[in-house]
Amino acid sequence: MTSTPVLIARNIVKELGEGAAKIVALKGVDITLVPGELTLLMGPSGSGKTTLLSILGCILSPTSGTIEVAGTSTTGLGPEELAELRRRHLGFIFQSYNLFPTLSALENVRIALDVRGDSGYPAAARAEEVLREVGLANRMRNYPGNLSGGEQQRVAVARAIATSPSIVLADEPTAALDSENGHAVMALLSRIAREQNRSVLAVTHDPRTLGYADRVIKIEDGLIVGEDRRPQGLDAPEITDLTKRRKAHA
Amino acid sequence: MIFTLAFRNLFHDRIRLAVTLIGILFSIVLVAVQLGLYFGASRMITANIDRAKGDLWITAFGAKSYEDGGMLLTQRERHQALATPGVDRVIPLVVSFAEWRKPGGGSSRVVVVGADAEDGGLEPWNLVSGTWENVKAPEGIAIDQSYFGELGIDGLGATAQIGQGRVRVRALTNGIRSFTQSPYAFMPLSRARSLLGADSERATFYLVQLAPGADAGAVRQALLQRLESAEVLTKAEFRDRSLKQWLFRTGAGIALIGGALLGILVGTVIVAQTLYSSTKDHLNEFATLRALGSSSSYIHKVILTQAGLSAVIGYMLGMAIAILIVAASQGSALPIVMTPQLAFGLFALTLSMCAISALSAIVKVTKIDPATVFSR
Ligand SMILES: Nc1ncnc2c1ncn2[C@@H]1O[C@H](COP(=O)(O)OP(=O)(O)O)[C@@H](O)[C@H]1O
Ligand SMILES: [Mg+2]
Repeated sequence: MTSTPVLIARNIVKELGEGAAKIVALKGVDITLVPGELTLLMGPSGSGKTTLLSILGCILSPTSGTIEVAGTSTTGLGPEELAELRRRHLGFIFQSYNLFPTLSALENVRIALDVRGDSGYPAAARAEEVLREVGLANRMRNYPGNLSGGEQQRVAVARAIATSPSIVLADEPTAALDSENGHAVMALLSRIAREQNRSVLAVTHDPRTLGYADRVIKIEDGLIVGEDRRPQGLDAPEITDLTKRRKAHA
Repeated sequence: MIFTLAFRNLFHDRIRLAVTLIGILFSIVLVAVQLGLYFGASRMITANIDRAKGDLWITAFGAKSYEDGGMLLTQRERHQALATPGVDRVIPLVVSFAEWRKPGGGSSRVVVVGADAEDGGLEPWNLVSGTWENVKAPEGIAIDQSYFGELGIDGLGATAQIGQGRVRVRALTNGIRSFTQSPYAFMPLSRARSLLGADSERATFYLVQLAPGADAGAVRQALLQRLESAEVLTKAEFRDRSLKQWLFRTGAGIALIGGALLGILVGTVIVAQTLYSSTKDHLNEFATLRALGSSSSYIHKVILTQAGLSAVIGYMLGMAIAILIVAASQGSALPIVMTPQLAFGLFALTLSMCAISALSAIVKVTKIDPATVFSR
């Protein structure tokens, strides 16, 4: 493992709430992400997973600690500079998809490109390309309301990777999906990490997702309590499973 | 994509869009009508002054308007003016309210305008029947054809009485309306004097025409030195004075401008309200945009585009209705004026109204915390 890290977080502390309701959601977390890996962040509800993801995604600022994204330290950056960092280096996938209901699948992807100033024909072509990649070649003109949950999450995946970010962050991407769609999305995330050499971090407490991971980080009560790494060269059994199931469907 | 998103957000909620457009439409129609009436009134009030060919106006002291000049100027002032260097001609004008006795009984008021066309100062314009030669014939006057009802006559050739004597309508004009609602009766100078019982020396105004190359400011100063009991005004000053008298002393102009301001205020409030509630409904999407790394100016552009789109659509609908109202008002006592400048001004006003309306929505969206995207 000699890849250069794309994200380094050191000693992250985050206090939330005020006064008597104040809690320390993160109590000194260190995380390093490298390209080509799907990392799972697992832990019980309320353990600080979402808070950590928001901080790694430069959406929330830590109370103390430092973050470096693609070589840039976020310390002292203002909201506009953080936004620029996000649109350049980060892709996001949310539990409830967060698609724009008034935009078609294609437009939902295009807007992520537009936000970066990528517009016109090349952007449209790129949006079509990533939608084809996630298996939605025939659903591009559909609106989120006319797509199944699995399809909506795949649009969200397409939106996250359209800008070719080095880091993709996903918060419970399978929580709202049935088993089959959950597996499909995890397989997709794993492919994005390995084939496109991106660093993917997915928050989950769904044990079905375990098989897709290259690395599993366990968090409890705001502290990292353990880490497992899959032996190299081993294929995840669930991926094979899914392929079989797909074939059975066909 | 900014346009697409703004457009979809706008058309997503049809009821809110309808409310927005009705707000803008109401505002535009109200402002157009009020300002159109204001300009229409101004045009009526200054029409005679605008038509009269004079660089400077000599009036009696304190003449408040074209209609309120009195009959105080004499030959003395005329000769003093003529003797002033740079003055070419000094043309007398008699203007006064007078009683009009209808042929069938009853009376109303007219504004007698006495001037000799041959002097080159003022004569009835837009003549649709008869000529100045006809007006010069015994008892001849010219009135506007839109006032037959008020004057109790049935057309050309009708006779009536003004002050001391009989008059006969020998020419008709078109569109010379009077803000005071007392029609203008044009006639030669001597006839005006005799009807009003004034001696042949008297005049209400002297129109001063300058010699070629003369400096209006210098001539004015020289005239002021010579004339002790008169004022010397430029055409623009006299227009302003008449406008002030009729539009502001009477409160009519304030009512019209106040109505227009009210229209702007109501429109702004309605658009601000609907835009704000639309933004609130789409707050999650704006937070997502922010999380995806959009700059805040990108989001502001979406909201401003929404406002701009509402403005353009609302303006077109509002103007369509305003133009219908303007057309319908043309035969009325107070025609509404619509000019390309006013139409353009209204468009600029609508755009700025919508931009100001967008402020509250922009403030709202500026406060979004993108961290909310994960907690849904
Ligand atoms: N905005 C907030 N204000 C106060 N406390 C919060 C806020 N957001 C989360 N918390 C608390 O912080 C802790 C960690 O939350 P979170 O990161 O959402 O956990 P997880 O995603 O692992 O379920 C929880 O105890 C939660 O109640
Ligand atoms: Mg969570």
